[in-house]
Amino acid sequence: MSLQAMTYLVVGMTFALYIGIAIWSRASTTKDFYVAGSHIHPVANGMATAADWMSAASFISMAGLIAFMGYGGSVFLMGWTGGYVLLAMLLAPYLRKFGKFTVPEFIGDRYYSKTARIVAVVCLIVASVTYVIGQMKGIGVAFSRFLEVDYNVGLVIGMGIVFVYAVLGGMKGITYTQIAQYCVLIFAYTIPAIFISMQLTGMPIPQLGLGSTMAGSEVYLLDRLDQVLNDLGFADYTTQARLSYLNMFVYTFSLMIGTAGLPHVIIRFFTVPKVKDARSSAGWALVFIAILYTTAPGVAAMARLNLIETINHPDGTQLVYAERPTWVKKWEETGLLAFEDKNGDGEISYAADPAVNEVTLIDRDIMVLANPEIAGLPNWVIALVAAGGLAAALSTAAGLLLAISSAISHDLLKGVFKPNITEQQELLASRIAMAFAILVAGYLGFNPPDFAAGTVALAFGLAASSIFPALMMGIFNKNMNKEGAIAGMVAGLGVTLLYVFQHKGIMFIASTSFMGDLPQNWFLGIEPNAFGGIGALVNFAVAYGVSKVTAPPPEHIQHIVEDIRVPQGAGAAVSLDH
Amino acid sequence: MSQKADYWKANLRLIGLCLAIWFVVSFVFGIILVEPLNNIRLGGYKLGFWFAQQGSMYIFVALIFFYANRMGKLDRAHDVHEDKDV
Repeated sequence: MSLQAMTYLVVGMTFALYIGIAIWSRASTTKDFYVAGSHIHPVANGMATAADWMSAASFISMAGLIAFMGYGGSVFLMGWTGGYVLLAMLLAPYLRKFGKFTVPEFIGDRYYSKTARIVAVVCLIVASVTYVIGQMKGIGVAFSRFLEVDYNVGLVIGMGIVFVYAVLGGMKGITYTQIAQYCVLIFAYTIPAIFISMQLTGMPIPQLGLGSTMAGSEVYLLDRLDQVLNDLGFADYTTQARLSYLNMFVYTFSLMIGTAGLPHVIIRFFTVPKVKDARSSAGWALVFIAILYTTAPGVAAMARLNLIETINHPDGTQLVYAERPTWVKKWEETGLLAFEDKNGDGEISYAADPAVNEVTLIDRDIMVLANPEIAGLPNWVIALVAAGGLAAALSTAAGLLLAISSAISHDLLKGVFKPNITEQQELLASRIAMAFAILVAGYLGFNPPDFAAGTVALAFGLAASSIFPALMMGIFNKNMNKEGAIAGMVAGLGVTLLYVFQHKGIMFIASTSFMGDLPQNWFLGIEPNAFGGIGALVNFAVAYGVSKVTAPPPEHIQHIVEDIRVPQGAGAAVSLDH
Repeated sequence: MSQKADYWKANLRLIGLCLAIWFVVSFVFGIILVEPLNNIRLGGYKLGFWFAQQGSMYIFVALIFFYANRMGKLDRAHDVHEDKDV
């Protein structure tokens, strides 16, 4: 069977599976729609959370980023996993005990203020919409690259699939499809990694292969990679820092608290039956995430070594351009890989020095996408990678869309504008909001705004500097009042946005940047994408200061805080709702 | 009431311990002390590099399960567990 037919078959089978699950798991109450009835087993929720969390960026781009950053890429590995430790200990169990449906709902009730709730809704929608644009683009790109259909057609198919299971099933449908999507994406990621690790080191487990010797040699793989890179004039793979250790420290911190503060991840922990399940479920989520995240460094280093040795052969000869392998031709056609034979000798050489280097473009995404072809794996593995990339993008898009639609139907409509609507009306409204959110996300996928490239970093900055501190203080500081929380959110957000915009331009329009995107202007050399953590510290400080000079929260609020701190009564709190 | 206050204090102590380990394995071993640790080898890995790209993540997973397990015991010891809930 041809690769093309095989890819259609595998992707078609996974889509049929998702739609089958959607029909089986329709939502009949608002509780089903928002939190899957709080009936999800903690292990199942962990798996769904992992798919929800791992986006097209984690699946396709992360290993490529690490491949070219080496040690500096560790900020993504530690940052995007360490956040779950914070989530498990500082947020998830208490928010589950609170027993409501959305993140802004907690902020509104805890800070006895509709203003606080609306500020939280705005932060949530901005963070989630910017994030979803990237997923929509990922779906369109995956379709156009693997199935060779038009980008726009691919996007419409992707929207149609999400529409079916998200509108019908809400959180319930999304949860069960995410579990299936996790299985697809983790197989798609680990199988090529196992083969490649086996080929290079003889060790099938990539986590151990990365620390092993090269097959048939006494030289360790990482030492070989450092050596090869040094010979070409590049820095050591295993020691090159990203800008500075201080920048890496702040970046990692920002990604951790941003991860813990992302609403579409937090609401997944409202779907488990008990408080103690919320704790263990965070552990399971991280197990399932870590399977991919600990594989990624192996994929990164091995793919980089494979790529270099395809061009600069270990025996000292160079790649003869006319004799290049078919996978090289294929990726040249997609525009992700480009060569220029500068000295006209018919051979390609790869080097750090731009005057000598003849590999003029290597898109980092190739590291995962071309991996199976580089290793000469069978067609079904390549088809599986296509299905895995789509599963990663679809599952994250659906989770984000649910966070957006529940903020509209539950927080704005039911919470602020029309408190008296019935449950059936709210359920209908939530379906309409979901359909509307899919159309908006699709529109933004067709017409990505200029600032789209910088937006995922903005989503983390917003979550880190506004949502995480407000939630944490709401649980751990009984005396935090609405004045403090609102001032803190506004200050944290303001500082982060100001820093990002002054270097990257207002709404990422470069000409409006009043300080230029120049490293020497960065505060202590910290890059703008890493600034959410500083914003969070400002948020904490301002909130604490303001709460000291304004009236303490009313007594019943202090009782709410005391109540969410203990697990007992979680079941009762939920049954009181309905 | 003091039962709940004791429970909360014990929880805060446990969180403090877990987050201290969380901080040390990632920020200290993976970033601040990465250069001296890189002089030690773990197979083909330099140790600082290993903490940054492998070890910290394994320890994060273990920490969450450790916390969940200990909190389950604290819930019972302070009689604030959910098993009485319907």
